[in-house]
Amino acid sequence: MNDALLRELVPAVIGVLVRRGADFASAEDAVQEALVSALASWPDDPPRDPKGWLITTAWRKFLDENRAGSSRRARELGLHADPPSGPVPDADDTLRVYFLCAHPSLPPASAVALTLRAVCGLTTEQIAAAYLVPEATMAQRISRAKRRIAGQPLDRTGDLGTVLRVLYLLFNEGYGGDVDLASEAIRITRQLAALTDEPEVSGLLALMLLHHARRASRTGPDGRLVPLDEQDRATWDTALIAEGVGLLQAALARDRLGQYQAQAAIAALHADAPSAEETDWVQIVEWYDELVRLADSPVVRLNRAVAVGEADGPRVALAAIAELDPGLPRYAAVAAHMHERAGDPTRAADLYSDAARTAASAAERDHCVRQAARLRQLGAASRRSSSDPPG
Amino acid sequence: MKYLLLKHYRGGPAPVTDLPPMDRWTPAEVDAHIGFMRDFAARLEGTGEYVDGQALAPDGAFVRSDGEGRAPVVDGPFAETKDLIAGWMIIDVESWDRAVELAGELSAAPGPGGEPIHEWLEVRPFLTAPPTISE
Repeated sequence: MNDALLRELVPAVIGVLVRRGADFASAEDAVQEALVSALASWPDDPPRDPKGWLITTAWRKFLDENRAGSSRRARELGLHADPPSGPVPDADDTLRVYFLCAHPSLPPASAVALTLRAVCGLTTEQIAAAYLVPEATMAQRISRAKRRIAGQPLDRTGDLGTVLRVLYLLFNEGYGGDVDLASEAIRITRQLAALTDEPEVSGLLALMLLHHARRASRTGPDGRLVPLDEQDRATWDTALIAEGVGLLQAALARDRLGQYQAQAAIAALHADAPSAEETDWVQIVEWYDELVRLADSPVVRLNRAVAVGEADGPRVALAAIAELDPGLPRYAAVAAHMHERAGDPTRAADLYSDAARTAASAAERDHCVRQAARLRQLGAASRRSSSDPPG
Repeated sequence: MKYLLLKHYRGGPAPVTDLPPMDRWTPAEVDAHIGFMRDFAARLEGTGEYVDGQALAPDGAFVRSDGEGRAPVVDGPFAETKDLIAGWMIIDVESWDRAVELAGELSAAPGPGGEPIHEWLEVRPFLTAPPTISE
């Protein structure tokens, strides 16, 4: 049994402990301890019934902890070493763990960390390594998150929108050390899609798959960002694209549109284009109009302006972004791109320099520096050729 | 022993070369410079001497307490501070001499025309934990 299969069991086992009377925070700690033991002992001595082993081990650890803390409390809760066999664990146990980890009272970073532990079944050590923080810091972040949601009933489901937002954030974290956070996000979104019957869950899963399909082409061998129009489409994962498109079509057919389905539709139109030139920008703009209607934000409007630029030309796009705050992330880079297409490389180069100064990542900064350098070289070459004597 | 190598956008001794900002280099020069930095870190990982490195955004500010119950005082961001740190690298090496040797190599990153930029890097030793056996 590999680690991935083991990790899949984690949220369901937490759910079982909670149904037996454990509070969520203690149950989650006990399962984490059982998980760490399993990771150490299973490679040599795998159990016949992995889930049963995890439940038994976690339950013992929970009881040990409670006896150590207060044996009276254990008695009061009516906890027994051998609990009566309750109803068969159901999908709702797992689902409730998703909702609790994405509880609206949690700051986003805490919700993501808690989700990685209780839903993905990662160890604190792995999560800490992924976020480049000390393990003790991550352990505290998770404990504080659990204290914040202490007392929240686990018997009712919450707002699916908050769960989807946490999964979306997690997917966007991309790589983190040895743990591939994007793949983890896909795995647990797939699991959520199997537990629910909501077109938006399929929409989010489709969105992730369609972006994941292009992952290899997004960075060059030297680590640099490769923009969409320069990506080698032959490297796109056609199986993932086909799965994403299929999920999206089934979701759209149910006629309950949401922001993730709209974003997935945009990603699908890019994935569908044999070349950058053949992209159906008119349809992409229409989907952005839907997105503005469903989930309006300055970032959505900026991205819409990029699509408008491709569909209707850079002047229309520049007019569209003139209404937005120039302090928006990526505003300067978008403006630079539009000025270049409008035939003003000098202005474009200056804007790329601004964009490099305000970039949020080193890769984005380097990309903008390269663009500025390229445009200045073009500008210098055209000045040289225009001053050459005709010959 | 750990050392912090600090790269400054501004500050430190007077530069020995008068360089235009990187967005005014040619694309090939930019690529060569970024590639050198990446290879340098990879090589130090290979020798077991690399610990960490991060780049910093140029924007930031000075902040101080203004007393209990009051919001902190924020000064900046400044268009022209005397000193501006661009990023750091932490290395774990045998000696001060090795730290100086590596900082020298890093300072020779290629710039315009492929010429070494000879930028000043600040090298600062970490204070260590006290030894267990001290007598």
